[in-house]
Amino acid sequence: MLTRQLFILGSLGILLSGFTGCNKSGGDTILIGEFASLTGKEATFGTSSHEGTLLAIKEINAAGGVLGKQLELKTEDDQSKAGEPANVVNKLISKDGVVAILGEVASSRSLEAAPICQENGIPMITPASTNPKVTETGDYIFRVCFIDPFQGTVMANFALNTLKAKKVAVFTDVKSDYSKGLAKFFKEGFTKAGGQIVSELDFNGGDKDFKGQLTAIKSAAPDAVFIPGYYTDVALICIQAKQLGLNVPLIGGDGWESDKLVELGGAAVEGHYFSTHYAADAASPKVTAFVESYKKEYKGKVPDCMAALGYDSVYFLVDAIKRANGTEPAKLRDALAGTKEFDAVTGKVAINAQRDAVKSAVILQIKDGKFKFLETVNP
Amino acid sequence: MDWFLQQLINGLALGSIYALIALGYTMVYGVLRFINFAHSDVLMLGAFSAYFLAPAVEKILPLPSIAGALIVVLLSAMICAGIGMLIEFLAYRPLRSRPKLTVLITAIGVSLFIEFTCQHPAVLGADTKPFPKLLTENDLHFGGLVIGSNDLVIVGTTLVLLASLWFVVQRTKIGTAMRAVSFNQQAAALMGININRIISFTFGLGSALAAVAGILYAIKAPGIDPLMGVQPGLRAFVAAVLGGIGNLPGAALGGLILGLVETYAGGTPGLSNYRDGIAFAILILILLFKPAGLLGKATVEKV
Repeated sequence: MLTRQLFILGSLGILLSGFTGCNKSGGDTILIGEFASLTGKEATFGTSSHEGTLLAIKEINAAGGVLGKQLELKTEDDQSKAGEPANVVNKLISKDGVVAILGEVASSRSLEAAPICQENGIPMITPASTNPKVTETGDYIFRVCFIDPFQGTVMANFALNTLKAKKVAVFTDVKSDYSKGLAKFFKEGFTKAGGQIVSELDFNGGDKDFKGQLTAIKSAAPDAVFIPGYYTDVALICIQAKQLGLNVPLIGGDGWESDKLVELGGAAVEGHYFSTHYAADAASPKVTAFVESYKKEYKGKVPDCMAALGYDSVYFLVDAIKRANGTEPAKLRDALAGTKEFDAVTGKVAINAQRDAVKSAVILQIKDGKFKFLETVNP
Repeated sequence: MDWFLQQLINGLALGSIYALIALGYTMVYGVLRFINFAHSDVLMLGAFSAYFLAPAVEKILPLPSIAGALIVVLLSAMICAGIGMLIEFLAYRPLRSRPKLTVLITAIGVSLFIEFTCQHPAVLGADTKPFPKLLTENDLHFGGLVIGSNDLVIVGTTLVLLASLWFVVQRTKIGTAMRAVSFNQQAAALMGININRIISFTFGLGSALAAVAGILYAIKAPGIDPLMGVQPGLRAFVAAVLGGIGNLPGAALGGLILGLVETYAGGTPGLSNYRDGIAFAILILILLFKPAGLLGKATVEKV
């Protein structure tokens, strides 16, 4: 009997805490929500974008805030796990009462959170989710990065024109919307430009043995292999490809960009190529200034593209808050959608009718354990 | 032809790992008649023990080297044997007189407990860590075929451990006691066998095997994380059931079959997406038509 009473009391408590927590925003701070993979499989992505976000918030607050108010960031960790984004984003909106949501790097998890933000009419800005479906969810969802059709086409042209590859194999992570999207647009672009896809194989993100698939790829004798995946899997794939004597260029997308790729893959990842959002060694004053302040903040660490995009997402939001002259969701949404020329670290951003950022990409090569800038590709 | 032979090599190397893990599952089942689901997590702890031990060992013995690798493996196996005995003592022993289902559920609980505790940033953290090089790699080339030295080490270790395990169980006094406990615990106790000691020993041995398997798995794919045991653990469990659970050669055979099926399916365009489905379909078919597994003898289950 006692246990039942306790149970009822407990559930009442939970309900009450849910009601009273509403809308802490207002007053002299603007509360922004962030969900990120701070732990788990894509933790280095999540942490990087989170660090970029924090740096931007700190800079803006130090410069006097926005519209006379200080920014406050509420961060939730979704552990790189499906199911978690829905939980934490619901909490950020209904309990904490944030005015906008920043996140996630991974498309699969942004896709999970987007409908919730859309339903609640809270603008969501993803720093690095490149799958087109993310912004198709609704008119409250934005991104500051380019999309997979562009990145896929960039890599298709790169394979064909720079690497002179005529026959390419594609190795896709079937568990990831990002990987599947990128593979699809790479294949379309590559065949349209006259190339040939000689072999298509799949893996599951988190697998450790890829030799079965890689042997099949090797026997198809491609000139290059396109692997749209995340760094942990890609590192192991590169190691096993090298063991099997598959000595052709391996190419991929922005999912590769992490120091972990080199740390795990070592010599096996040397010489391979990937496309991404920005290069820390590119010589634009905006980039140099960002790299300097990031290094100062995080003990000399060189920011990767996720950090730059996290940083950009905050400034992008703040730019819109200024133009909307407040944080009223509908006005903020319109201001975000009306962004025509926003000067970001990762390039000039214009928001198109699909709420995607139109901007350029860069191609990097892994050389001596570092990412070397190779070329910039405009849309 | 190259494709076929190379896949055979890949499949045997992968299958040997599954076989090695399955040996631990099947041995504990053989003695206690229950599946120790925490086995795959002990495997992960084995890999992490080696990850932390390697830098310490390197100060005395150079790594990569055979001697250094052996020391790391032995120490990790000892640590994991201790962990295995501790798990048995804390989680399974108090429930020994309860229904088998209770112990089974506890085993799942222990497994999840280890996985999620270890994912906490203060314990191991959830991100993937690079596994140190324990052995130098020399790949052997035969025409277009490649045999990795690591793969040979894995196959060799599995064979040696299978043989020594078989020897321990069939030819030694403690092995006889294990079989007696497996046959009838009460009767074995009446014959003067210290049941607790035998079960503790079984868990220790099984966990040491898991540690070895974990390290070999990490050598094969040098990125380790707290959830690394889940997938191979599941495969090894399937392998143990496929071969006839409780049967040592059966576990090895099951592991090899599973490794080969997974590799051939994975290497066939269009099928690579379905390799798990194919592996489990085989399991279901075996259970339908030969419920005791390939090498198992049909017995009446007393549960």
